[in-house]
Amino acid sequence: MAVAQDHASPEGRSSSPFWTIARRDSLAGFLFIAPQLVGIIVFVLIPLGLVFWYSLHEWNVLANTFTYTGAQNYQMLIEDSNLLEVLGATAVFSAGLVVFNLSLALLLAILLNQRLAGITIFRTLFFSPVVVSLVAWTIVWGFLLQKNGGINGMLQVLGIEGPNWLREETTAMISVIVVQVFKNVGLNMILFLAALQGVPNELYEAARVDGAPRFKQFRRITLPLISPTILLTSIITIVGSLQVFAQIAVLTQGGPGLSTTVLVYYLYQQAFQFHFFGYGSTLSILLFLIVAVLTFAQWQMRKRIVFYES
Amino acid sequence: MNYHRALKSAVAALALAMPLGWSCTATAQDAVNLRMTIWSANEAHLKLFNEIAAGFEKDHPNVTVTYESLPFDTYTTALTTQIAGGNAPDMAWIFETAAYDFVNSGALFPLSDTLKATKGYNLEELSASAAERWSKDGKLYAYPFSTSPFAMFVNNDLIKASGAKPPAELIAADQWSWDNAIATASAVGQTGKGGLIVRDFNYQIWQNLASVWNGWGASPWSADGKACTMAEKPMVDALTFIHDAIFKKKAIPGPGENVDFFAGNAAMTITQISRASLLPKENPFAWDLVPLPKGPAGNYALIGQAGLGVMQTGKNAKTAAEFVAYMTNPENSAKLSQFFPSARKSLLNAEVLKKTNPLLSQEQIDKVVISGIATGKVIPGHTGFAQIQQAVRSGLDAIWRPDADIPGTLLKICGQIGPLLKR
Repeated sequence: MAVAQDHASPEGRSSSPFWTIARRDSLAGFLFIAPQLVGIIVFVLIPLGLVFWYSLHEWNVLANTFTYTGAQNYQMLIEDSNLLEVLGATAVFSAGLVVFNLSLALLLAILLNQRLAGITIFRTLFFSPVVVSLVAWTIVWGFLLQKNGGINGMLQVLGIEGPNWLREETTAMISVIVVQVFKNVGLNMILFLAALQGVPNELYEAARVDGAPRFKQFRRITLPLISPTILLTSIITIVGSLQVFAQIAVLTQGGPGLSTTVLVYYLYQQAFQFHFFGYGSTLSILLFLIVAVLTFAQWQMRKRIVFYES
Repeated sequence: MNYHRALKSAVAALALAMPLGWSCTATAQDAVNLRMTIWSANEAHLKLFNEIAAGFEKDHPNVTVTYESLPFDTYTTALTTQIAGGNAPDMAWIFETAAYDFVNSGALFPLSDTLKATKGYNLEELSASAAERWSKDGKLYAYPFSTSPFAMFVNNDLIKASGAKPPAELIAADQWSWDNAIATASAVGQTGKGGLIVRDFNYQIWQNLASVWNGWGASPWSADGKACTMAEKPMVDALTFIHDAIFKKKAIPGPGENVDFFAGNAAMTITQISRASLLPKENPFAWDLVPLPKGPAGNYALIGQAGLGVMQTGKNAKTAAEFVAYMTNPENSAKLSQFFPSARKSLLNAEVLKKTNPLLSQEQIDKVVISGIATGKVIPGHTGFAQIQQAVRSGLDAIWRPDADIPGTLLKICGQIGPLLKR
């Protein structure tokens, strides 16, 4: 009877349960993303904040001192006489890598987008370097690129005297780019291959009926329809190119001179070899800003150059 | 009722467990785990280190000592990263090139008092020149446990096959000069084999070239370390000589050429005597160990050192210092000297060294090891060495090409490292 009275009370009727379906769904959603969110907070956002904090300090690891220096490290960044050369090497490396990687990946994808017996073997072969250990791959290339190494040995058979690949400024940069492209071109190739296979065949048939030559078909049909993939791969490749480290560390250690000292390698030298953790952090902030600006710019450009069917 | 019984049981269990737990905590607090970072992963080295650790643990039952091998090439970087990450080891090996950084920064615990207080330690027999780089204000901050002279290993089979005279004959005729050494290397180089290899130099670790340029009396910076002397005549002459040996005489393998002396592919190599262990046991060649040739500035010797220091930040710095004192006492130093030549005077005699270096002859020990340790200069080092090393390496790249402007490049290098030296 009392229970019945409780239920009949006006307060009981007006108060809706806290766990509504919408709230329960939200909670479930948050719980699902929680591990990822915690990961991002702990491993990305907090370190990012700490790097900024470190960039305002002079951190002498050996003396165990951590002194607030305000913008001193940023002042040092502006006055660093090596920085311009380092940024130049970074730009050359990134530009070379993006152009060579994307054009080779697209070319390979077009060649491999054929219905031929055994084509899967070739696709696997071109993709296989992607799954090879980066350092192992680079060490092997390091041996091949020695003056008396495998590449020059092969050139000698053809009667050509090869250059000292890793010891001359131009060839050292080319070598590092080529080693990186051959390592990762398979990934972009697969993305292009998937995009090419998504282009409707009817469009090519209609173009053929209209008498369009093959190059025109490629320019007017293929390129616009795979442009979202070109955007994606170029963003991935540019961001990846700015993070190149192992290849430089193994092949050239930034030399000859500073010709292959890209920003990440320079940052590593400052922080971990010279023990300037504060200045190293400042360079990290610079790298972060460059990556952020480039990604934002590319994302903005998508409206002009990318064609979306929808 | 059940609830009360359970509560009583829990309280009783807690009452029993607390003292037990307390005693465990007390034991854990007394237990001292010492960790030493080293750059060797050699099994024979580790076996000896563990034997020494076991001897110390016998007298100090609460102490355990572990060794952590870090890769040689990136050793200092890995060590400082550990320190930056708040995970500094209790003790660490330190390269001679990084000694000034560690000693001057205050990163190391002073060892003099502990070493002097150790019975029978006899610190006085460590020469002042051996301790110079590891001391500050009269206190020793790291013990130089390895003082290894640079010398020249030669492959007499290749030298004889090229028609040149073996170095031993040149020494006997008092003709063991750099000119003749390079002529010998060049003769072998003409046969398609490698001539002279300055081991580990590889056109990057330029400080190893001190094994050549010291013969010209050259030095990268002044004795007080404040002024760059790379553009001065002795250095220009020495580097011109090395440049000619590489590009004109083909006596030294050029940049990007890999030749291994210990595989029998080169006439001679400059390295530390501890590398005798690399001599091939299968298909051996006729080898000899000779002192570095005489340069225009006369006879000279070069030594490499390794120090053993205790980290100031460690919780157990005092115990770690006691372990360093035990590890480097006269008895253990004698054991260590089979791998790491000791700078203790009592161990610098042919009798002891012959026992610990069975591969070397009496003459080689007298002429190369004893004389080298006694008279050798230590390989160049400086505060902030890593940055200076990198600036010089990067600058010297312009010299390692056939058409190099050596004086101009060296002047440019001085311009770059001048401000770093003054810091």
